[in-house]
Amino acid sequence: MEKQAGRHAAAVRLDDPWCDALGSGWSEPLDSGLGWGAIPAEVPVPGWGAHRALDAPPGEEEWPGLDPRAPGGCEALTPTSGHAHPQHGDRLSTADIYLEVQRSDAFQRVRRRYRGFVVPVGLAFLLWYFGYVIAAIAAPTLMARPVVGAVNVAMLAGLAQFLTTFLLTWAYARHARLHRDPEALELRWLVFDWDRARRIAPGEHGEPGEPGSAGRGSGR
Amino acid sequence: MSGDHQTLALLLFSAFVAATLVITSRVSRGRQGSPEEFYAGGRLFSPMENGFAIAGDYMSAASFLGISGLIALFGYDGMLYSVGFLVAWLVVLFFVAELVRNCGRFTLADVIASRMRERPVRIAAGTSSVIVSVFYLVAQMVGAGSLVALLLGGTSQSARSWAVVGVGALMVVYVSFGGMRATTWIQIVKAVLLMAGALTLTVLVLVRFHGDVNALLSTAAERSGHGREFLAPGLKYGGNWTARLDFISLGLALVLGTAGLPHILSRFYTVPTARAARRSVVWAIGLIGGFYLMTIVLGFGAAAVVGTAEVRTSGAAGNTAVPLLALDLGGGAGTTGGTILFAVVAAVAFATILAVVAGITLASSASVAHDLYSALRRPRSRQRSEVAVARIAAAGMGVVAIGLGLLARDLNVAFLVGLAFAVAASANLPVLFYSLFWRNFTTRGAVWSVYGGLVPAVLLVVFSPVVSGGAESLFPGSDFQLFPLQNPGLVSIPLGFLAGWIGTLLSSERPDAAKHAETEVRALTGAGAV
Repeated sequence: MEKQAGRHAAAVRLDDPWCDALGSGWSEPLDSGLGWGAIPAEVPVPGWGAHRALDAPPGEEEWPGLDPRAPGGCEALTPTSGHAHPQHGDRLSTADIYLEVQRSDAFQRVRRRYRGFVVPVGLAFLLWYFGYVIAAIAAPTLMARPVVGAVNVAMLAGLAQFLTTFLLTWAYARHARLHRDPEALELRWLVFDWDRARRIAPGEHGEPGEPGSAGRGSGR
Repeated sequence: MSGDHQTLALLLFSAFVAATLVITSRVSRGRQGSPEEFYAGGRLFSPMENGFAIAGDYMSAASFLGISGLIALFGYDGMLYSVGFLVAWLVVLFFVAELVRNCGRFTLADVIASRMRERPVRIAAGTSSVIVSVFYLVAQMVGAGSLVALLLGGTSQSARSWAVVGVGALMVVYVSFGGMRATTWIQIVKAVLLMAGALTLTVLVLVRFHGDVNALLSTAAERSGHGREFLAPGLKYGGNWTARLDFISLGLALVLGTAGLPHILSRFYTVPTARAARRSVVWAIGLIGGFYLMTIVLGFGAAAVVGTAEVRTSGAAGNTAVPLLALDLGGGAGTTGGTILFAVVAAVAFATILAVVAGITLASSASVAHDLYSALRRPRSRQRSEVAVARIAAAGMGVVAIGLGLLARDLNVAFLVGLAFAVAASANLPVLFYSLFWRNFTTRGAVWSVYGGLVPAVLLVVFSPVVSGGAESLFPGSDFQLFPLQNPGLVSIPLGFLAGWIGTLLSSERPDAAKHAETEVRALTGAGAV
C-alpha cells in the first residue's frame, strides 16, 4: 500500500510526464519510471495505483489521454550502452522493451546486486559443504577426533552445516529485501506500463486487449 | 506385535485418510477445471502455507524412516543425508525459487521453453521430469510397503502389496479430484503432523537420557556394536575408494538434486509473487532444518534405545527403526503407551507417504499434460482439455508407481531417494541453470543437456550394483553390473553440464539476444509473470 502512495506522489509532482526523466535519469527509478512509462499527467493515478498494488491483471478499461508516441519518445532514456535505441515516434515491440530494460542502469544494478550476493556466497557454501563431505572420506581420523565427551569433530562439523544454512538463508532474504526488491518492483511496473502502451496504441495489431500478452509467451 | 497397536494404527490412519478425502472434496467443490487451478491451486497461497507445503512435500518417508534408519545402522554416515538434504535448499533459495516463479507457469519446461524452440525443449524436459518423478515415487511406495509389513506383523507379503496398491489408489484420487489445492492442504496437514510426531519422539529420547546428549551418543555407540567408530564417518562409506567415491557422488546428488525436483519446482507457482516464493522457501528451510536435526536425534536414539542389531533384524534396510523406537519409548511392546506411540508414528509415516506421493503425482501429471501432451499432440486431433489429460496421466502414474513399488521392496528408502536426486541433478538442473544464466544457450544445448544428463544417469543406475550383481540388488540372480558406484551423480551431473555446453557450441542457431533479455528481465524483476 505504501507503494500506491509513492506512485501517486511521484506522479503528481510531474509537470512534463514525457521528458521529466531528463533530469533524473535512471538513478531515481521511481521518477524516471513514471516519466518513461508514459503516464500522462491527466491519468487518474490513484485508481492506477490501486490497480497495481493489488497485482491484478491489467484491466480492459480505456486509458484516456494516452499518447501513442509515448514509449521511447523521451530522449532522456538513452540506455547505457547507447545501442539500438528505439526510434523516435516508433512503437516498441516486446523484444525491444525487454532489451531496453535489460540495458538500463536500474536493471544492471539489480542484476549486479543479485549476482554480487549469490555468486560468492553460493560458491562459499558449496565449497564448505564439499569440504565437509571430502573431509569425511579423506580425513576420517581428523573427523573422529573427540572434542567433548562423545562429541567429535565430525559431529560439530555436521551441526555447523545446519547453522551456516540457517544464517545464509537469513542473510539472503535480508539482502534481497533491502537491496533488490524495491528496484525490481519498479522495473516490473515499468515493463508493464510500456507493454500496455504498446498494446493500446492505435494501429498496433499485436493481440489487442489481451492482458499481459507480452510477458506470457513462455507458457503457451 | 500385539493386535492392539495394529488396530489403533489402522484407526488413526483411517482418520487421516478420511480427513484428507474431506479436504479433497471440500476444496475442489465449485472450482472450475482450469489449468491455473489444477496445477497451481489458483496461485494464492500465503508464504507460510506454501512453506509448510514445501516442507511437507520434501520431508518424505525417506527422511523420517530412511535417514533415521541409516543413522541407526551406520551411525554418522547416515547424517550426510540430513546435511545434504538441508544444504540443498540454499541452492534452491539462491538460484532457483524466485527466478523460476517469475519465468514459468506450471512446470520446469515452461522456464526453458520461454527462450527456446518450444517443442523439442518441452519433450525433453517433460520426459526427464516424469522419469525423476517415477524414481521418487518408487521410493515412497517402498516405504509404504515396509511400514505396513511392520504394522501388520512380520513379512506378510500380501499385506505389503495391498498397502502399495492402496496408497497408489488414494494418490490418484487426491490428485485427480483435488488438483493442487487439495494436494497443498494435504501437505500442510501432513507437515504439521510430521513435525509434531518427530518433536514428540525427540523430546522423549532426550528425556530418556535426561537431556544428556553425551550419554545418548555414548549409549548409541556402545549398543551399535561398533564403539566410537559409530560416531565418526566411515562405517558405510569408509571401506575402499569405491565406497568413498560413492559418498561424494551421493553428496553431490543431494545438494544439487533438490533444485531439479519437479514437485518442488511446481510448488513455487502456488504463490502470487517471487517474493512470496522466497519467503516460502525461508519458511521451508526453517521447518526442514528443524526436522532433520530431529532425525539425527531419532537415529542415534534408535541405536541407543532399540539397538542396531534389533533394528537390522526387523528390516535389513533400517526403514523400521523409528517405529521400533516409538514402541520402546512408550513403554515397550504390550504397554498402552507403547501401543499408542507406535500407532501414532506409523500413522504419521503413512500420512507422510500419502502426501508426498500425491505431490509427485501432481507434478508428473502436469509434465505429461502440459509439456508432453501439448508438444506431441497432432495439431488436427481432437482437442482435449489439458486438465482432463492431466487427470488421466495421474492415474497412469499411479499404475506405474504401484508396479515398480511392488518390485523394489527391499531397498532402503533414503537410498532410493538419493537415486532420484541424482537423476534430477543430472537432467534438470544443468538445463535450468543454463537457461537462467547463460546468454548464449540454444535450443540444441537445452535438449542435449537434458538427455546428456538423463540417459547416463539412468543407464548408470541400470548397470550399477543397485540393480544387479549383489546380494542386495533388485535382481540378485543376474549380474550385468558394469558401473561400480551405487549413485551415478558424480559422473552423470558433470555429463549433463558438459552436454549442454557442447550442444550449444555445436548448434547452428544463433542465440536470441531478445529472448535472453526477456528471460533475464523477467527472472529478476517479475515483469510479465503470471
